[in-house]
Amino acid sequence: MLKVDAKQHQSQLTRNRLPRFALLAVLFPAAIAAAAAATLIGFNVVLWMVFTAVLFVIGAWLITLLVEGSRHAGNRMIRYVVYGAFILALIPLVSVIWTVLERGLPGLTSNFLWTSMSGVTGAVDNRTVAEGTPVLGGAYHAIVGTLQISLVATLISVPIGLMSAIYLVEYGTGGPLSRAITFFVDVMTGIPSIVAGLFAAALFGMVFGPATRTGFVAAVALSVLMIPVVVRSTEEMLRIVPNELREASYALGVRKWRTITKVVIPTAISGIASGVTLAIARVVGETAPILVTAGFATSINWNVFSGWMASLPTFIYYQIRTPTSPTNVEPSDQRAWAAALILILFVMLLNLAARLIARFFAPRTGR
Amino acid sequence: MSTNTLARRGSGRSSDKAFHLATLAAGCLILVVLFSVAAFLLVQSIPAFQAQAEEVTGGAGFWSYIWPIVIGTLIAAAIAMALATPVGIFVALFISHFAPRRLALGFGYLIDLLAAIPSVIYGAWGYIFLAPLLTTAYDWLAANLGWIPVFAGPASQTGRTMLTAGIVLAVMVLPIITALTREIFLQTPKLHEEAALAMGATQWEMIKMAVLPFARPGIISAAMLGLGRALGETMAIALVLSPGALTASLIQSGNQTIAAEIALNFPEAYNLRLSELIAAGLVLFVITLAVNMLARWVISRHKEFSGAN
Repeated sequence: MLKVDAKQHQSQLTRNRLPRFALLAVLFPAAIAAAAAATLIGFNVVLWMVFTAVLFVIGAWLITLLVEGSRHAGNRMIRYVVYGAFILALIPLVSVIWTVLERGLPGLTSNFLWTSMSGVTGAVDNRTVAEGTPVLGGAYHAIVGTLQISLVATLISVPIGLMSAIYLVEYGTGGPLSRAITFFVDVMTGIPSIVAGLFAAALFGMVFGPATRTGFVAAVALSVLMIPVVVRSTEEMLRIVPNELREASYALGVRKWRTITKVVIPTAISGIASGVTLAIARVVGETAPILVTAGFATSINWNVFSGWMASLPTFIYYQIRTPTSPTNVEPSDQRAWAAALILILFVMLLNLAARLIARFFAPRTGR
Repeated sequence: MSTNTLARRGSGRSSDKAFHLATLAAGCLILVVLFSVAAFLLVQSIPAFQAQAEEVTGGAGFWSYIWPIVIGTLIAAAIAMALATPVGIFVALFISHFAPRRLALGFGYLIDLLAAIPSVIYGAWGYIFLAPLLTTAYDWLAANLGWIPVFAGPASQTGRTMLTAGIVLAVMVLPIITALTREIFLQTPKLHEEAALAMGATQWEMIKMAVLPFARPGIISAAMLGLGRALGETMAIALVLSPGALTASLIQSGNQTIAAEIALNFPEAYNLRLSELIAAGLVLFVITLAVNMLARWVISRHKEFSGAN
């Protein structure tokens, strides 16, 4: 009872399936129709591509509906929507990185890296623009400030975070206190960064008088943001250390704290180090907490405990928000984007370092 | 050697105790920090609550000062969530189920890069690149859809509006939602997926029947964690939005969020203004705390049978 029709030469498996060229046959008319539609409004490439995508999806859906049926048409539609969502998500990434590179590279000179903003006033910028000379002033003080604040924040948060994680994994197994700590660490992860900054400002304001702004206050604010990240990543790493290692150590009569410091932590150290690096990468770009705690400076301050301090994020913010010369904003713009480029490089290098640490210092598992 | 060193009492015992106590102290310190965040904010904001109505900014008491910026915060977060949640879920689906296996990991890293870019750079990008780009779109919206209150004209000529700020926020929230939902999609039991495909389901039907029901609590909590981030985000709004009074139109300048209000005014604030801003911070803290605790509660409620933690 074979059905004899024109399609008999097709195999049973490919019947009612679209051939591969069908999609191309949809794409070209879609592109042409989109070009026509875009021209009606005012042609530009972005509009044309968007129209092409929309028309292509509709056309592909229609042709699939006619040949393969509604279920496959729906499937195809969703597939294209998912691809489209991914491309849509990449657009801002590419655009941000392109903007930073395009605007930041011209300003990235050795003068920018090694001079501060001290003595650079609006008059200096006006003269630069009028005479067309290279932009003066740089981000040296901000780089120094960012490094100091991040370093102090790391020194505060790593011991606390590490010890808490050890408590959670090794000592307080499932007790009410460890459950409370786990819960509140999770909650702390969600504290808005500006609230952390306000907390540090309020704390030091009450102890040392209002408007106490130093690098150290900023470091405390960043620690509030950093500690939960360190705890979570360290906890995860300690939990995957095999229990046999601990038991072997106990069986040799080694004390618990020696077991932890000599066996458990060295086994997990690559994961811990990479988690800490990621935590630093997370706080190094924080702006809001530094804005309310460290104030702003135009010259280099090597002392975290006294005086206002600049940092890269606040430098970017102030150069854009309040240009040094209100009438000629180009030099400030150039400095801001060059600083943004340095900041992105910092963050990317830290992320890369975290991945490399995790890969190359992983414990040897072979025999 | 008359005494066995192993049998000697107390060898290392005190250091064992000390180490235990040190870890305990570190753990308790975290609790203390969280509670002191709340306590210090509360103590420092008392003057704002007690102040005479006409002394507070706006001249009508603290609550009428705070509520427009609370609404503004919610509007910004709502725009961000409306844009980022569907796209985030689709991107996560792309990475977990649609992308070629070999490239999926790389694509995941690419989306994680979005999360690594500092917020001030997003703010600068929104201010200098995105806002001018959107002005023509806003003009078009005002001309053609102006009868809808949210698109009421005249459109801002700088593009520094609530909608722009919401779009920038959406870009910042997207990687959070994607990263969390991706993890959950990958945990879907393989047998469920294969069973659905073996019954002749198309890929989308398989995802609808096997993946999404399994991941639903995870998606909800991922969205709520993203919401927590969107509510507290400061710099993007502070740089992008040109603030003003509460307005319904999203394409005019106006509106303000709590976090941006604090960041813009704190450096020059003193006395009562200072405690007003700290009180605003307290309100923000309470809102984000509630959202985050709700999200954690949803996760823990479904932990046993979904693996979405």
